Amino acid sequence: MIKKITLPIKDEDILGLRAGDAVLLTGKMLTGRDAAHKRMTESIAKGDLPFEIKGQTIYYVGPCPAKEGAVIGSCGPTTSYRMDPYAPTLMDNGLKAMIGKGKRGKEVTDAIVRNKCVYFAAIGGAGAMYSERVKKAKVIAYDDLGTEAVRELWVEDFPAIVAIDSKGNCIYNR
Amino acid sequence: MKDLCVQHITSAVEDLVRSACFDLAPGAYELMENAAKNETNDTASFALKTLCDNAKLASERKIPVCQDTGMAIIFAEIGQEVHFTGGSFVDAVNEGIRRGYRENHLRNSVLDPITRKNTGDNTPAIIHTSLVSGDKVKLTLLPKGFGSENMSKLYMLTPAAGVEGVMDKVVEAVSLAGSNPCPPIIVGVGIGGTADHAMLLAKKALLRDVGVRSTDPELRKMEETLLRRINDLGIGAQGFGGNATALEVRIEKYPTHIAALPVGISIQCNAHRLAKTEVI
Repeated sequence: MIKKITLPIKDEDILGLRAGDAVLLTGKMLTGRDAAHKRMTESIAKGDLPFEIKGQTIYYVGPCPAKEGAVIGSCGPTTSYRMDPYAPTLMDNGLKAMIGKGKRGKEVTDAIVRNKCVYFAAIGGAGAMYSERVKKAKVIAYDDLGTEAVRELWVEDFPAIVAIDSKGNCIYNR
Repeated sequence: MKDLCVQHITSAVEDLVRSACFDLAPGAYELMENAAKNETNDTASFALKTLCDNAKLASERKIPVCQDTGMAIIFAEIGQEVHFTGGSFVDAVNEGIRRGYRENHLRNSVLDPITRKNTGDNTPAIIHTSLVSGDKVKLTLLPKGFGSENMSKLYMLTPAAGVEGVMDKVVEAVSLAGSNPCPPIIVGVGIGGTADHAMLLAKKALLRDVGVRSTDPELRKMEETLLRRINDLGIGAQGFGGNATALEVRIEKYPTHIAALPVGISIQCNAHRLAKTEVI
């Protein structure tokens, strides 16, 4: 059975999710990948992060440009391990959920358990489908990074699989 | 000699970009559909069906199959009777890439490796040229995503490793890559030559048409054995488990030095995009 989850994600929803569960996400999420993560952690160190990270979900994606009349271009997940050096800092500062693809390092799993967070895997290679699940998109920070800028997305029925749950169980280790 | 204006190269490359990014390579959809039918792991089966639906949607609505529209790799087989006119061949290829990525709203993913500043138009392309007989130019575009490219491997084995040693390393590379290259993957293997040539052979193996096996009986046997061994790893579609880790294994070889046994491995993701054309 597919679980429907509303974003921003609630703590009780996170605690009820188990690795392997299929979910459909609806609501607001932020985007960020390599370059944005470097800047976010630098901003947190300086205390001038230009948006609220507490309670947020970050989707690791660098979308294609939107063609005329479209909200966004193709926008599937990118590989998550490259964000591993930054993810624990973000979770320790209130980030609750991440969406990407592939395995994470031990430090990320530890931070997920410590902060009661969740890591979802989206389907890598399904960028066209995901673009149709995004209903609104706007750049909210680091505009100069182009595709790597931080965007706020409003999504409906965004399919994903729970890859690491709040207890540290991982779908890739089964 | 036959004069060929490089404007024709630009427009051919622009057309290749368009045909590569909205549709999977011929036969790639059928491979994935077949994998979906045979998958018994529920989560992996969900992933494979989603990927099939995504490919159909991308083709119908002209949305890039995957947002990673890649760094453009162009393989040009140039007939030695051809004389290019009207400017530089390399500039003409890059202009085709520039136009193709801009006009089709594809992602600009190319940047300076040190400053990390984006070039803004997805150029330069990686261009491999080779001289062949005749008076035609054959162009192949492989827009390569880097989730899979980052999983490339080069092993400089000793001759003592033998065929078994080569196969063990290919399985090891796929195992280490795990879920990262977006399985189900196509595995390109280059055996022999020098370090750089083994990697080039591995990449060239990815240019083969879907369903084509090696004509060399020994390599063909290795391709079959490797596909079985890789799919026994249990990584599965997206790393969710099951049988569909690889759809095909392709091996190319070239003579090497008496001291060497180079093995290059290049992995293609499930969004197998590839386009070919001939400019006459």
